[in-house]
Amino acid sequence: MRFDRLTIFCLALISLGNVGAETDREVQAHKVVLDLAGAFSNEGFKMRDGHWTGSLKPNENALVAVNLYAGNQYWFSVGAVEPAKKIDVAVYDETGRRVTTDDFNEGDKAAAGFSPTSSGQYYVLVSLVDGGESTFCLVYSYK
Amino acid sequence: MSQLSRFAIIGLLAALPVTAAEAPRLSSEQLAKAVRNDAISIPTPGELFAALGKPGKPNWSGQFRGPIPTSYKNRPQIALNLGGLIADGFIAVEAQDGQQVKNIGSDIIKMAKALGVSENILGRGNSINDFAENNEWDALQEELEATQNEVKSSMQSHQDQDLVILVSLGGWIRGTEVVSAAVLQNFNEESAKVLRQPALVNFIHAKVKDISPDMQNDPLVKTVSDELGAIEKLVSFPPGKAVTIEDVRKVHQAVEQVMAEIQKKSDTK
Repeated sequence: MRFDRLTIFCLALISLGNVGAETDREVQAHKVVLDLAGAFSNEGFKMRDGHWTGSLKPNENALVAVNLYAGNQYWFSVGAVEPAKKIDVAVYDETGRRVTTDDFNEGDKAAAGFSPTSSGQYYVLVSLVDGGESTFCLVYSYK
Repeated sequence: MSQLSRFAIIGLLAALPVTAAEAPRLSSEQLAKAVRNDAISIPTPGELFAALGKPGKPNWSGQFRGPIPTSYKNRPQIALNLGGLIADGFIAVEAQDGQQVKNIGSDIIKMAKALGVSENILGRGNSINDFAENNEWDALQEELEATQNEVKSSMQSHQDQDLVILVSLGGWIRGTEVVSAAVLQNFNEESAKVLRQPALVNFIHAKVKDISPDMQNDPLVKTVSDELGAIEKLVSFPPGKAVTIEDVRKVHQAVEQVMAEIQKKSDTK
């Protein structure tokens, strides 16, 4: 029992350490996006544990490279915190051409879904369309 | 489910495709400046295996390997094998073999212990066992990725950052060894497409070349790094080009050879 308590204590410390590595606003943005991405999990999508957070000024973009597999379906979800009013997410192929996606936008949350026909590198562009400087968090899901 | 999640689903059902044809292209300068990081730019073995499972379910149990040593002395070798073991865990989940998952989970803990991070992931090891007992395969996939991330996070906090990329690399090599073997066993062009990953190998290779000179001079790291350059060429099929069985064979031979080097037991430090 003592061992169990020690284990729980150690895990709690690790959790605190992980959260401490991120700012409160990043944690908040992560929570926003997890709520959106949870909807995809209900549709059989598996959510990646890894995520990407950053900060955007009005009309700014942030771009991240991902490596995807033909045959899988993907949803890229992004959530932002106030004062963001409208955030957008788009996907580009390795040549920089925008790919056609299914799109969901709801103010501080957005998602783009597609099924690549070619494996390789893609780029996810997150844009702050309306609102003040804000922190965002991106996660992706696949099946 | 929260009200927001329910709303999200309703929204998704009503989602309309965005017209991408007229959207401006990103310049090569913009693409070059894109963020690339371990947490999101490197796919998990689970993603690779999910894609392979689409054209027809592979014989995952046939891809198990015998137990590997868990008593390596060389830290880079332990990190590479730890990544390989995590990939083995994903294979066992695909095969839905609870006992195999538990055995691999136990080996992961032993290797992590050798790197000084076991205390941090003891809880994960217990969860892996519990999920395997209850055949909770989706939860196991998530737990394996979370375990890998926790090991990496622990390495970073212990100034062992150089080992992080080696864990990812070990996982990618083992995953690619298994997938290329499965594709060879039942070849079709659709399945072979998953092996095209030039940018991913290039990214991993660049990160390996960026680790401390001390670790780069480690004979195993040097061998693996040299081989990665050749592997990058082998997985650089032009987009749209049909991948042949001979292409797959070459990839498989290359990664199998590297994996053999990684798991070879030697008594060096």
